Amino acid sequence: MLRYLINRLLQGVIVMIVLFTLTFFLVKALPGSPFKTEKAIPEHIQARMNAYYGLDQPLPVQFAKRATNILKGDFGSSLRLEGREVTEIIGQAFPVSLQLGLVAITLAIFVGVPLGVIAAWKKNSILDYSTMAIAMTGICLPSFVIGPILADRFGQKWEILPAMGWSNLNPLFWILPSITLGLGSAAYLSRLTRAGMLDTLSQDFVRTARAKGVSQKNILIRHCLRGGLTPAVAYIGPAFAGIISGSLVIESVFALPGLGTHFIKAIETGDEPVLTGIVLLFGILIILANFATDILGYWLNPRLRS
Amino acid sequence: MSAITANAPVAVEKGASLWGDAAHRLIKNRAATISLFVLAIIFVACLVLPFFPSLIPDPNIQDLPGKNSPPSAAHPFGTDHLGRDIFSRVLYGGRITIAVGLITTSVSVTLGVLWGAIAGYVRGYVDDFMMRIVDILYALPFLVIVILLGKTIEPWTTTLTDDTVGLIVGQGASVIAENKTRTWVEPITTLVPLFLAIGALSWLTVSRIVRAQVRNVASQDFVEASRSLGLGHFTILFKHILPNSLGPIIVYTTLTIPGIMLFEATLSFLGLGVKAPNSSWGILISEGADRMSANFWLLFFPSLFFAATLFALNFLGDGLRDALDPKSSKD
Repeated sequence: MLRYLINRLLQGVIVMIVLFTLTFFLVKALPGSPFKTEKAIPEHIQARMNAYYGLDQPLPVQFAKRATNILKGDFGSSLRLEGREVTEIIGQAFPVSLQLGLVAITLAIFVGVPLGVIAAWKKNSILDYSTMAIAMTGICLPSFVIGPILADRFGQKWEILPAMGWSNLNPLFWILPSITLGLGSAAYLSRLTRAGMLDTLSQDFVRTARAKGVSQKNILIRHCLRGGLTPAVAYIGPAFAGIISGSLVIESVFALPGLGTHFIKAIETGDEPVLTGIVLLFGILIILANFATDILGYWLNPRLRS
Repeated sequence: MSAITANAPVAVEKGASLWGDAAHRLIKNRAATISLFVLAIIFVACLVLPFFPSLIPDPNIQDLPGKNSPPSAAHPFGTDHLGRDIFSRVLYGGRITIAVGLITTSVSVTLGVLWGAIAGYVRGYVDDFMMRIVDILYALPFLVIVILLGKTIEPWTTTLTDDTVGLIVGQGASVIAENKTRTWVEPITTLVPLFLAIGALSWLTVSRIVRAQVRNVASQDFVEASRSLGLGHFTILFKHILPNSLGPIIVYTTLTIPGIMLFEATLSFLGLGVKAPNSSWGILISEGADRMSANFWLLFFPSLFFAATLFALNFLGDGLRDALDPKSSKD
């Protein structure tokens, strides 16, 4: 076990190094400059700004400098938002995205998985078709449609919930954005759970269990849930990492100070330090999520633990 | 189902093939046949009708006095803020959306299934290596890659467009005829290469799901049995394990399509997708979402086509899954 952990840790380090290198050069290849504003900046000032940030040096030199700084723990400061450290920007925005994402993914799991199990249990019945119709509606309604509708109805017309803004402590602010954010994942989860459960339900040991007289409920929960969850679990890992790292649409609809907006702005302006910071954070999240998924896979299927 | 064969004369038993059986079972599935029918109607409407410009109004002609008009006999789906007919815009847009969705999905699912199946079957260091590549691709800023890709292939697609237009209209055609053909051809020649590339980058979740599924199936007894019979790895993986993992693969395929169809709208905002005056369902839906409180039909009809297509694909996928499950046959 310890060997496995060390092995995965080493792999993670390599992934992060490759990730940093690729991101750096990709962003540098993007068209546009971080100092290109609507008002044209005189040539000599632009040159001086480039010199100040070290952007006038050849790419390999810039890369080496950035890499050594990051190894020392200095992630640099934003080129777009003057004087703000990358760690400070992420430190402010990530907790919001994380909290929102945690609520959304919890919602998605507790709605999606049971719906999928029910649909598989009552396969090809009205219950199955209507559950899957609800799931498909969740997939067909993009968040830029469902978000404004929810904000308009619950926030403005009926004035039950806040239509926009964020509060770390007041859960009322979390409801609409997390529903909007989690709806798609809930739908995906229910479809994948149904498929996985159906695969497991058609296996021979289920027939044996039926013949023994095991109740339908026990067959579903005790015998099939573990095997049937495999596809859903494989999906949750990366989806979780994606959800907690912010979404531009949700953040702009509900006016949230999350990470997604910074991410898009950094791409638009070629703000390499901020973008690299976010990508590295996302890389760590993905590595952890896929690691957790693999561990969960071993736990769900004892035959893999050899 | 067994009643069909009850009165048949006893003949030499012919072994039923997986696909023959599946086709038979698919036709018996009512939800799947209805879906097939719905898809056929939508596909014919979107892929064939635009070839006959006399049948439906020009999607780009602006009728400014008749702008923002609700559905009527002249404009069954109403008109937009420039007086363009929504019905024909939905049909013309569907052509692009369907093409993009199907092409990209088939590329991404093919790659994802191969990648995930090999990683899940071989395991060990190969698996580690393949999955770390997946981790890196997951974490890389997808949008940056797509923007760079779009810029890189732009000159190439421009020549492709010019060549295709030249091939269709021939030499010495009028400028008007050439422009007409150009609006017709351009979305296809510029989008298809881009979306082939996007498909080549969006197979990550498919591969994770297939890998998990293949690992589980590979640990079952029948795989060991086929190994002890001396079957090769290739046969075991592609003839025994994959057919038993088809359920989640088919379902995830039907889930990939809507995501990619909507991603096209995001790209259009960045100037990489469909260019005005051409349109797509994704663009129509997001434009409609901006104006939904005033003119609901702008959102309603494109969404209706989008949803109908996805529902049908989804139920067809479920039908396929059932039909291909060898164990569901005897009922």
